[in-house]
Parts: sequence; structure tokens; C-alpha cells
Amino acid sequence: MKKEIIPSILLTIICILFFSGVYPVVMWGIAQLAPNKGEGFIVKDGKGKYYYENIGQKFSDDRYFWSRPSAVGYNAAGSGGSNKGPDNPDYLAQVQAAIDTFIQHNPGINKAEIPSDMVTASGSGLDPHISAEGAEIQVARVAKVRGLDKSKVETLVKAHIECPMWGMGPDRVNVLKLNLDLNNLK
Amino acid sequence: MNSQILGVVVMFVATLLLAVPLGRYIAKVYGGQRVWTDGIFNPIERLFFKASRIDPGIEMGWKQSLVALLTINLIWFLWAVFCLLNQSWLPMNPDHNPNMTPDLAINTAISFLVNCNLQQYSGETGVSYFSQVFGLMFLQFASAGTGMAAAAVVFNALKDRTTDKLGNFYNYFLRSCTRILLPICILIAAIHLFEGTPMTFKGIDTVTSVQGDTMHVSRGPVAAFVAIKHLGTNGGGFFGANSAHPFENPTYLSNIVQMVAQILIPFAMVFAFGFYCNKKRLAWVFWGVMTLGFLILVVPAIITEVHGNPYIAHMGISQPGGNMEGKEVRFGAVASAFWSIATTVISTGSVNAMHDSFMPVSGMNMLLGMMINSFYGGVGVGFLNFFIYVILAVFIGGLMVGRTPEFEGKKIEAREMKIAMIIALFHPFLILSFTALACYFTAHDTNMGWWFADAAGKHNAGGWLNNPSYHGFSEMLYQYTSSSANNGSGFEGLADNNPFWNISTGIVLLFSRFLPIIGPVAIAGLMAGKKFIPASGGTLKTDTGTFGLLVFAVKVIIAALAFFPALALGPIAEWMKTP
Repeated sequence: MKKEIIPSILLTIICILFFSGVYPVVMWGIAQLAPNKGEGFIVKDGKGKYYYENIGQKFSDDRYFWSRPSAVGYNAAGSGGSNKGPDNPDYLAQVQAAIDTFIQHNPGINKAEIPSDMVTASGSGLDPHISAEGAEIQVARVAKVRGLDKSKVETLVKAHIECPMWGMGPDRVNVLKLNLDLNNLK
Repeated sequence: MNSQILGVVVMFVATLLLAVPLGRYIAKVYGGQRVWTDGIFNPIERLFFKASRIDPGIEMGWKQSLVALLTINLIWFLWAVFCLLNQSWLPMNPDHNPNMTPDLAINTAISFLVNCNLQQYSGETGVSYFSQVFGLMFLQFASAGTGMAAAAVVFNALKDRTTDKLGNFYNYFLRSCTRILLPICILIAAIHLFEGTPMTFKGIDTVTSVQGDTMHVSRGPVAAFVAIKHLGTNGGGFFGANSAHPFENPTYLSNIVQMVAQILIPFAMVFAFGFYCNKKRLAWVFWGVMTLGFLILVVPAIITEVHGNPYIAHMGISQPGGNMEGKEVRFGAVASAFWSIATTVISTGSVNAMHDSFMPVSGMNMLLGMMINSFYGGVGVGFLNFFIYVILAVFIGGLMVGRTPEFEGKKIEAREMKIAMIIALFHPFLILSFTALACYFTAHDTNMGWWFADAAGKHNAGGWLNNPSYHGFSEMLYQYTSSSANNGSGFEGLADNNPFWNISTGIVLLFSRFLPIIGPVAIAGLMAGKKFIPASGGTLKTDTGTFGLLVFAVKVIIAALAFFPALALGPIAEWMKTP
């Protein structure tokens, strides 16, 4: 044991310099070539404000398409899910309440068409997406509140459905991008 | 839904296609043959060894290899504890995160040292960038390299010859890190940069949302971290939400890359064994057994998650995406369920959805993946765990046909069997005894004193559960299973950042990492010293489907006998209650 101590310490120091020093610096260098220099992708609203494209935002105003419920209130200084088990009575009561609120704000919708992602919290609490069904079911409300033609909003939503990559993965809508374009819709 | 299933099939096939050539490359690296990376790494490694006064040409016996392994691990542990206890004044702390408490620092250091990455803190608020990069990320390289080096010693011992010289541990370790882990990490991290993962040393950014709320957005050097986190089957997330976080895993493509990255080396190590010892058929038999186990666990999990939560179905809404609680829309139920089983059969333990919110059948299969812990298994150590079961199967098979048990031309005798049995039984012993202890406290709602305080400052043990009933039991069982399997995922609802959980899981982590390394290396080392008996007509053939099934049966029997009662109290009871 004794004769391994000095070589072990020396090898450790060199490895720390290499794997924790050189490697991250190389990656940081490559990041300078990536969009927004590796500081997170952003979208601009054309009026000087910017948002992080991948970080979901809280949308609870009837004028906007809502995002999913979040266990961290979309504050991206932290992240996490509800960690509620599927049969937890408190949790099921929360989901029931979320369904009731959703119906209240979207009168006239068919309850059986509410997709579960609109009433359940995501894993990160920062999910930037909702399902295509989740966007479509809100079209009537958004159009009515904004006094827009329903078919126009419908078209906008269709244009925002992100197709699965190379035929893989689920259909989804980035809520932030959809709502930014919605603000520009006349 | 078909598009989602296609996604997971592509992930699996892509991993296999990459793993075979990588296995050949790994075998060459350990065999000291010429590889294309020689030009870059020969001079670098020579410099490293010269500076650390190590002669990589000196061969070590199995005992000496283990001494070197344990010594260097102790030094890494002390370094990590130092980082975590002093991060508030060390550089690279733009968000002014405080020092860890001693129990949390020790738990975290152990957990990254042993390749587990159980995280009882959240990355955004619990650690500085210095700790992340110089403490934790370093350990992610080092612990993966340790596991691979131990596997390389075992490969060397299983060659058809008699020897006590099993290569140089430091050489295996450094080559694993430089020639195998680093180049692939650079590639993975680079892909992530262009998918939207940050790689910056700037701290929290404050923006105003479209609705007018103020948002704080945590960032950091994530891309470099996330690459080794998966490639080394470490699994510790940069952010609290791990790979569910939209910075850590921004797109469906990044999800595929991370999935392939984490299963790649566990696959490749099996093939590397085949190429190294020239036993390719046997390697395919091993891989077949592992894959059979993986498929038996993953298919029911995918079906249940796609089917959704019956309690929510009862409320009269639709579940087009399946059970979406704790899942991200961009991955969907299929890729999340596939991930949850993949991350538990190998020892990664990263998550892209919250395991606490999965349906009971999926939860049980995750637990089984960790309980058996060798359907692929972690980098290097997965092979070592599998090797233990092979030894047991050889012994049982030998008894059944009435022959002296032999594996690879070496007799398996009482000493080897004793070691194998201790290792095989210690895993359930650790899990079940500690779960029983935690359950006792919970059932009595014991006042734990300074050992535990919940968010409200109360000391009663019942406060550590986030869910009642059977699911609450599963939370505790999962925590110790994950620790003992060196996995690191969790039913994260459990309030685990307090001395009780930090210390008890820390003990489990240490034992369950080093015994399963010491045991197989000792067995292989003892076998290497024995006389080589060439195969004859009476030898039990190991490279056949029959032997594969025997290994599989041994695993199932041990797991069923050891864990069925515990599973019956948790996920099975929860499942039977479901309408």
C-alpha cells in the first residue's frame, strides 16, 4: 500500500489537470462555434427581448396557449417533477383539480379530448413542449379571447407541430414559439 | 405511437452496430496492440507515467492490482470531499452556492467515486462549477476507468495459460480513460453543443417571460459533463432533473445519443472479452443472456407506460401519450420507458423521466434490473458481476452432469465458490437489511433526532416518504437497491438529504462497489494461477445456448428467492390494487 501512495497522488494530479482542465476547455472552444456560443439557444421577439428556446415558460393567461403544470413553477433556477406515485390520493385530487380548471377556462370542449399531458407535471418542470392534441384543444379559447378567426389560429398551430425526427418520436408543439407567433398574428 | 417504437428500435440496433467494432478496439487497447490513437496518446501517456514515477511495463499480480486500485480510489475520495466542503471559496462559483454539509459531502464523494452518482442535492443549488468539473466530472472518468481496468485484469486472467502476472493496473486505467472514454466523450459533447446543451462558465441568467414573470435560468459547463456521465455509466446529472432537463437533454436526437452512449461500453466490454481471449462465441452467448433479460424487463414497461394510468383514465380524459406524469413531451412514453429500464440494467441511473411516477409494473422491472445488476451492467463492473453468475452456473452445471466444475480450462474449487457466493448474497443482504431498518423506523414513525429532519423541521421518520402505502415502501426499497447496485437513480420523492440516508446509503455504496470488484478479480487471479487443462469430451461446454440458459436460470432463481417477498410488499401489491 505504502509504495503505491506517491505514484497514485501524482497520477491523480495529472489526470485532474487533463480530464478536468484540458477536456472542458476543448469543449468550451468548440462551443464558440455553436449557436449563441454554448450559452443556451435563444429566440428573440424582435423587440429586443430574448428567451431561452428550450426552457419552458409558465403560460396561464387565457390569451396564450397554456404550458403543462410544473412542480417547480417554471423557475429554471431549479428543476424537478412532482414525484407523485400513480395511485397517491393527494396527487389524483390535484389532477382532478387541474382538469376542472382546464374545463372552466375552455368552455365547450369535450372532456374526453383533454390529453393527459395538459394536467400532469413534466419530469423537469421546465418542459417547453405540449402535445399536438394539447395545443389543438386550446384553439377555440385563444381565438375567442383574442378575437381572432379560429381557422387562422388553427393554421398557426398546424404550422407549429414539430414532426418527429426522421420518423421517430412524438409530435409536439413548442409553446414559447407558438405564443410568440400568436402575438404577431392579426 | 409507431414512430416512437421505431425510435427505440433504432437506438438498440445502433448501439449493437457500434459496440462490436468498439469491442475489437478495446481488446486491442488492453492487449497492447497497435491502434489508430497511438500517435496522439503514446507520447501523452508516456509523459503521465514518467511524471508519476510509474513503470507501466511492470506486471502486477491480482493482489497488487487490487492494492493499487484501492489506494488511488482513497486519494480520489479525499480530493472530492475537499472540493465539496470548500466550494464556497474555491473559484468558479458564479451562483455563490454554499459548502456541503459533511454528511452530504461524504455521501456525494463516495457516490461518485463508486460510479453510482446517487445525488441527494440538486446541481443548480448544491454544487459550484469547480466541484462539478474538478470534483465530480473527474470522478466520472476515474470511476469508469477503474471498473474497466478491473475487467481488463479479469480478461487477462482468463486467457488459456498459467500465470500470476496480470498486466499493470495503472496502465489499464489510464488507457481506458485516454484511449476509450475521452475520444468518444468529445464526439458526444460536440453533438450536444449543436443540439442546444450549454457549455459556459457563466452563472444564472435572469429573463422576463412572455407573460411578464421573472425567470432565473441556471446554466453551466453541461455538455462536457453529460458526455462522460453517460459513457461512463455514471448517471449523475448536472441539473436536479438529470436528463429530463431541457438543457441537459434538449432534443429527441440528444436523447438517442445519450441512450446509445450509456449502453455502448457495457455492450462493447462483452465483445472485448470475446476478442481479447479469442472466445467470440462465448461472448455472443453472454450478450444473448443479457439481452434476453433486458427484453423481458423492457417490453412490459413500455406497454404499461403507453397504456397510461388507469386512475387518470377513470377521470374521463384521454391519454394519447400514455402515462405523462414526470415525463417530457419531446421524448414521449416509449423512449422514457425504454430509458428507465436501460438505465437500471446498466448502472447509469440517469433519468429522462421521474421514476417515482411510473406505473408499478415499470417500477418493479427497474428494481429487478438493479437487483440482478448484470443484464449488461455498468462499465467493466457489469462484466464482473456477470462473471460471478457464470462461476455459479459452472458449478451447478458441473454437479448436474457429475463433473469437476471447470471454466476456461481451470478448475473451480471451494475457495472460488465461497467468494462467488459471498458476492452474490451480499447484494440482497445489503438491500434487504437496510430497507427493513428504514421500514421499522417509518412504521413506528420514530423520532430520529439529528439523524433526520423533514422540510418542516420535524424529526419523525414518516416524514421522509412522499407517497403513502405500498408506493412509499417502494421508495425506500428503491433507494437501497439503487445504492447497492451502484445505480444512482431514485424514486426521488424520498427526502434523502439528511444524515440518516446519507450515512446509511454511503455504507451500502462502499461495500457494494468494492466487494464486487475484489471478488471477481480474486477469483480470476486464483484461476489464472492454476494448471490449464485442455478441453476434452467430458468438459462442460460454455459457449452454447444451453449454458446460456443455465446462467439465466441461476440469475432468475437467486433474484426470485432473494427479492420476491420485498417486491410483493411494494410494486406487486400496488399493481394488484390498480383497477
